[in-house]
Amino acid sequence: MGLSTSTLPFKERIAAAAKDKFAHASIAKAQDTQYTKRENARAELGNWQDWRKLGQSIRQHVIQYLPDYLEEFSDNVEKRGGNVFFAQTTDEANDFILNVIKQQQGHHVVKSKSMVTAELDLDKKLQALPDVSILETDLAEFILQEDDWDEPSHIVFPAIHKDRNQVHTIFKKLGYEGDNDPEHMARFARKYMRERFLEADVGITGCNFAIADSGIINLDTNEGNADLADSIPKAQIVVMGMERLVPSMKEAEIMDNMLARSAVGQKLTTYVTFEGQQTPGETDGPENFYVVVLDNNRSKALGTEFQEILQCIRCGACLNVCPVYRQIGGHGYGSLYPGPVGAVLSPILGGYEQFGELPFASSLCAACTETCPVLIPLHNLLIKHREVETDRLNMMHGFTDFQMKVVGKGTSSPFMFKMALRFKHFGLSPWTHQKPVTATNFFEYNNSMITKGPGMVGGWTDVRDLPVPPKHRDDFRVWFKHHKKQGGDAK
Amino acid sequence: MKVSIFTTCMMDLMFPHVGKNMVEVLERLGCTVDVPDDQICCGQPTFNSGYVEASWPVMHNQIDALSAIDCDYIVCPAGSCTAILKEYPELLVDDPNDPTGDYMARAKILSAKTYEFSQFIWRVLGIADCGAELDTVATYHRSCHMTRLLGERETPFWLLENVKGLEMRQLDGIQYCCGFGGTFSVKEHEISELMVTSKVENIEKTGAETLISCDPGCLMNIGGRFNRLGKPMKIMHIAEVLNHNVDESRIKKISEVATPAPAPFP
Repeated sequence: MGLSTSTLPFKERIAAAAKDKFAHASIAKAQDTQYTKRENARAELGNWQDWRKLGQSIRQHVIQYLPDYLEEFSDNVEKRGGNVFFAQTTDEANDFILNVIKQQQGHHVVKSKSMVTAELDLDKKLQALPDVSILETDLAEFILQEDDWDEPSHIVFPAIHKDRNQVHTIFKKLGYEGDNDPEHMARFARKYMRERFLEADVGITGCNFAIADSGIINLDTNEGNADLADSIPKAQIVVMGMERLVPSMKEAEIMDNMLARSAVGQKLTTYVTFEGQQTPGETDGPENFYVVVLDNNRSKALGTEFQEILQCIRCGACLNVCPVYRQIGGHGYGSLYPGPVGAVLSPILGGYEQFGELPFASSLCAACTETCPVLIPLHNLLIKHREVETDRLNMMHGFTDFQMKVVGKGTSSPFMFKMALRFKHFGLSPWTHQKPVTATNFFEYNNSMITKGPGMVGGWTDVRDLPVPPKHRDDFRVWFKHHKKQGGDAK
Repeated sequence: MKVSIFTTCMMDLMFPHVGKNMVEVLERLGCTVDVPDDQICCGQPTFNSGYVEASWPVMHNQIDALSAIDCDYIVCPAGSCTAILKEYPELLVDDPNDPTGDYMARAKILSAKTYEFSQFIWRVLGIADCGAELDTVATYHRSCHMTRLLGERETPFWLLENVKGLEMRQLDGIQYCCGFGGTFSVKEHEISELMVTSKVENIEKTGAETLISCDPGCLMNIGGRFNRLGKPMKIMHIAEVLNHNVDESRIKKISEVATPAPAPFP
């Protein structure tokens, strides 16, 4: 479906995610496994915090000089005999890709994993072509394809919401007769795919990093499928976001290292490939090499407070540490790019109208900022989005907006705050409910509870009890004045 | 040593005993304590909700109020509010209402001398054992802002280590947010519910009868959830623990106790 992965409203997606205990358990387990692997792989490297600064400086430098590096990369691809197409929109990118397939008289397209092609909704466009078959060859994407093109829910582990039993059911439809052992199922998929690889005439791949000074691309995979997709078919189409560049191999080596450790807790991915247009004297590689560089509103972030999001290397670590992602999964976000990075990126790519709720779907716990290998201040960018929506675009309306403005006044005027301290207990007394206090000690001055509160308080009491604010005579400030008079601070 | 209390709006509005315990502990450890009168709130409720324009006056008021009393240090009972006050100099860079840079200058001074309660005791006063005793099995909720924004990962654990009779149990998923997140808990209460439910399950799994933390917001959230479920849990701010059944003869400086154990990862 492109950038948007759901037609349901946000709150309904959350409700659906809350009910899906199964996906929830899978995600929690994956997060916990990744936690140990990732932290160990990073610790092994030593001086991880210095590496992060280095990664940040490389990516910031590229973004700062993006037009220059794009030009350099494009020139070098063409020097090698390849072609580069700059697509401003997804439509332009799709038209170009479909044209290439037509020109190449392609009938069998094999694809390796690429978030940008998902952003283009390219699979659907290819399915619509008569006489063209399409096969996703990343194992997880293959599972999703065979499950009637289910939507991915993670940028690195697209089928994270499925377990082996579900995969087993899907594979049985393809004629698999074995058990649900992942190794057996993987062997089946390998054989199934291998036959299709051999007849493929067009390969479509993503791009982890494009190397500006040599016009080649860098792919990191654990399955080797991208290597088959770029070496067997005579034509290869690379689809990349416009920000995915590094100046040279030197920087690619650093970024590959950080990416693999951050994304999958490995020193390097099993396959680290550098490839491009086959040049005279070379024995493999695509004879016809095309690179589609997609903007799709990325350039809107340039020169704004959101520019840092373009540093992202799509490692997915921020999803793997996120407590909100843990609860609602990728489908809860309703964007191809879920989790913290998605909550920052989606409104930029797809607009506030569609994705404006995502920046608010965060408790701002900053686990994302803490883990990001290229030091993107993710939680601060979420606040920036909130500011844009609230202060600049005036998208907040109604009673909630009114209440927040009252909070603003009440927390900036000592007079009003002192009035609030005086009246808070009685002000909320109509909603007070005599209920035994089982959460003792902390609520000792509050001794009764609000179980169904008014206005914004209602959001609180939908989930938990709210202690009734103490009477003014029990307030800390009142106690302190008395305490001081009695010489409490005599020491 | 002159100490001003940065009360926080939540403590003022809801939890007076946190402030009382904090004042009693600080005075016992030799501080002269005062409470700047006009202070209200650090500004997070509006700022983090995107009401940034409405937040400048809140921060200005806080700077005016906390600067009004001469003191050596400012001590706060909430890791989150401490963290944002320490961030003031970065936030005020965008402030359009501070042409002379006067607020910025004072924010820098305040930021430098503000500490969260437990870190003040350990890192400034150099006290390791407050002489407290509490016979209970407890676990500790590590709040996100205190850990990640303030960068304080250790002092609560070290101080609790020295409370007589206290048995601490490690909390699974300690790195995950409890689902408070200020206005998030209200606006996105459906997600918040899933998060706090998971936190409550992990706390129950420890077998602890007491939950301790340095952030009243998290405690109000987790405690409120326990109460909604009708489940018993003793919820304690660290100031209440360190002020419990104190024997002043047991108060010890860091140099007088064995080297503290490193805090559990993460």
